[in-house]
Amino acid sequence: MARHHQRRQLARYLPVLPAILLLAVFLAGPVLWAFQASLTNAGLTGRHARNPEWVGLENYQRLLQDPVFPLSLALTVLFVGGSAVLGQNVLGLALAVLLRRARPAVSAVVGTAVVAAWVLPEIVAAFAAYAFFSRDGTLNQLLGGMGLAEVDWLYAVPMLAVIMANVWRGTAFSMLVYRAALGGVPAELTEAAHMDGAGAWQRLVFITLPVIRGSIATNLMLVTLQTLAVFTLIWVMTAGGPANGSSTLPVMAYQEAFKFGDIGYGTAVASVLILIGAVFGAAYLRLLREQKP
Amino acid sequence: MLRRVSATVSLLAAAALALAGCTPADPAGGKTIKVAYQKTDSFTALDTMFQDAKKEFEAAHQGVTVELQPIQANDDDYGTKLALALRSPATAPDVFYEDTFKVRSDVDAGYLLNLDSRLAAWKDWDKFDAGAKEAGKADDGGTYAVPLGTDTRAIWYNKKVFEAAGIALPWRPATWQDILDTARKIKASNPTVIPFNMYAGKGTGEGTVMQGFYELLYGTGAGLYDQDAKKWVVGSAGFKDSLTFLQTLYQENLAVPPADALDPNVWKKVFGDWFPKAQLGATVEGSYTPSFWQKGGSYEWPAYAQDMGVAPFPTRNGGAPGAVSMSGGWTLAVGAETKQPDLAFTFLTTALNAKNSLQFTVASSQIAVRTDVAADPGYQSANPFVKDVSSLVSVTRYRPATSDYPRISAAVQEATEAVITGKRTPEQAAADYDTAVAGIVGGDKTVRK
Repeated sequence: MARHHQRRQLARYLPVLPAILLLAVFLAGPVLWAFQASLTNAGLTGRHARNPEWVGLENYQRLLQDPVFPLSLALTVLFVGGSAVLGQNVLGLALAVLLRRARPAVSAVVGTAVVAAWVLPEIVAAFAAYAFFSRDGTLNQLLGGMGLAEVDWLYAVPMLAVIMANVWRGTAFSMLVYRAALGGVPAELTEAAHMDGAGAWQRLVFITLPVIRGSIATNLMLVTLQTLAVFTLIWVMTAGGPANGSSTLPVMAYQEAFKFGDIGYGTAVASVLILIGAVFGAAYLRLLREQKP
Repeated sequence: MLRRVSATVSLLAAAALALAGCTPADPAGGKTIKVAYQKTDSFTALDTMFQDAKKEFEAAHQGVTVELQPIQANDDDYGTKLALALRSPATAPDVFYEDTFKVRSDVDAGYLLNLDSRLAAWKDWDKFDAGAKEAGKADDGGTYAVPLGTDTRAIWYNKKVFEAAGIALPWRPATWQDILDTARKIKASNPTVIPFNMYAGKGTGEGTVMQGFYELLYGTGAGLYDQDAKKWVVGSAGFKDSLTFLQTLYQENLAVPPADALDPNVWKKVFGDWFPKAQLGATVEGSYTPSFWQKGGSYEWPAYAQDMGVAPFPTRNGGAPGAVSMSGGWTLAVGAETKQPDLAFTFLTTALNAKNSLQFTVASSQIAVRTDVAADPGYQSANPFVKDVSSLVSVTRYRPATSDYPRISAAVQEATEAVITGKRTPEQAAADYDTAVAGIVGGDKTVRK
């Protein structure tokens, strides 16, 4: 009986087997390959292209001595913190809360405008952002029209420009998640709090946010991981410049691996990026698990 | 239960079969030659050449199919894509378009087929310019690539801007000081135009060094690489002087503002906006410049033939040979692992025969590498500047195309960026460069000069 039960349990996993295989081949495979390559001196061309040699942790040692690496790491944290955790997440929540109370027409117009940026393919959004922030771009023309000083956004404050661009592009996702979550907050709860004399701000902080805590954690995890991997937007807008002023880890990995043809070193940077993503992912998963009884 | 299991298994088997079906099989015993090359909106001349060569070749070789694989990308991305394809024999093309400065490192990687014996049997090979042939040679002395065309660099200037500033034409600066004097004169007569721009910083990439810094550096008598000792030169006075010249240009606002210089798209403004609208006095650019302006180019400007002038870039104090130019250029190569080396080489010779070479050279404003093409009236009258830029071949230089070169080039670009943005003095930036070079190639591969 017990054995029969066990076999049945195993058979239940059969339908997911193809999915697991696909994940193993297309997700775990490249990750393992990247890690293995980061322990070699593989190159895009030159002597080590065909016959890479095992160099152990040399690439990682080099990484620790590379003056660009700490800068890149700090910029990545700034980018993720500024554009995902603060920007997209908070703005998305604010929009979702406000749009519930707005008139249907306003809600539709604002909602469409926000989602439009999300619908654009990444490369198109990146070019749009470049055209907006560049020296003769829309933003400077608007500022000039209002008699304000023009700023070389992509040159003087490259990180601010790419963070704003990423907030613009990604807020729709958080907004949609929170709109769905807010729809699930029981009306009785908020009403009861209202009767007890709680103001709008108190209702948000003490009722709504705790109820949608699960959605917040899920959303944070998704936008953090998405933002960690953002490459096209930054590459098109600033290409990591000026003077590495916006070269986050994905940009650094790309430059090392493909511009300088040093695949071993580039994959070492990528492996560090994967590690950071894994740490964030584990932290959020823990947060998700805790709130379930 | 069992039925469900067997259904899953058969589904998997079907998927495996479908995947196996994706592997390309040889079409009914016929042979295929895969050709990889670059194609962009503004660069279709090569595509035209290969289309013609395909027709010619397939007519002459029944049963052989030429599969053209144009890669839509800029120079850098094309190089990356090609290198990735070459990594695996399954994706490596049989014939491909190869940048001259990648030839050596790709030979080191074992990607290119040695063509010596086949070239010896090709009667047209004698018609290729001896200097250009060097570009296809590797460290072992063998030839691995056949040149397609080359280019030179010179100063392109707008005659209208110069006339308005009262500068005598034709202009030909003899020293760096002449350039500065002229630029200051233009600035004084019309502060709204950019008098003399030179690319700098990492934004313009290879353009910064090929159309800018190297013209300065080689004009001081210093160099980048000691070919005989196979060592990289550090600590040269010429390096510092070249940076100082750039500093002067940018500090006195004779060039564009640093923010514009670091924009990777600044060259589009040079060709598309500033020159046609007479907002730029002069800049250092390649011999291919007319291809942007002639009919069918990205920035058609029929008046360029009258409005523009060209002058060689001078050495620092006018010392011999009086002018400096840099050359790059592209080649065609055969993949080392090709299954049909003879057919692939024959296709290469078809693509580079006199007729196809002439058409390509004219359409892309290249400098001819075949003597019969160079002598053709169609080539000589392709645009008004062919003669001027072709004559620079006698003074031109090539980049030291070792595997380390891309990183060294990036270090040079960084030095120029630090200077034009005012973050470092020329002395500091030169010292940073020396440290960077020692870090890249190792201290024992550098030499102080």
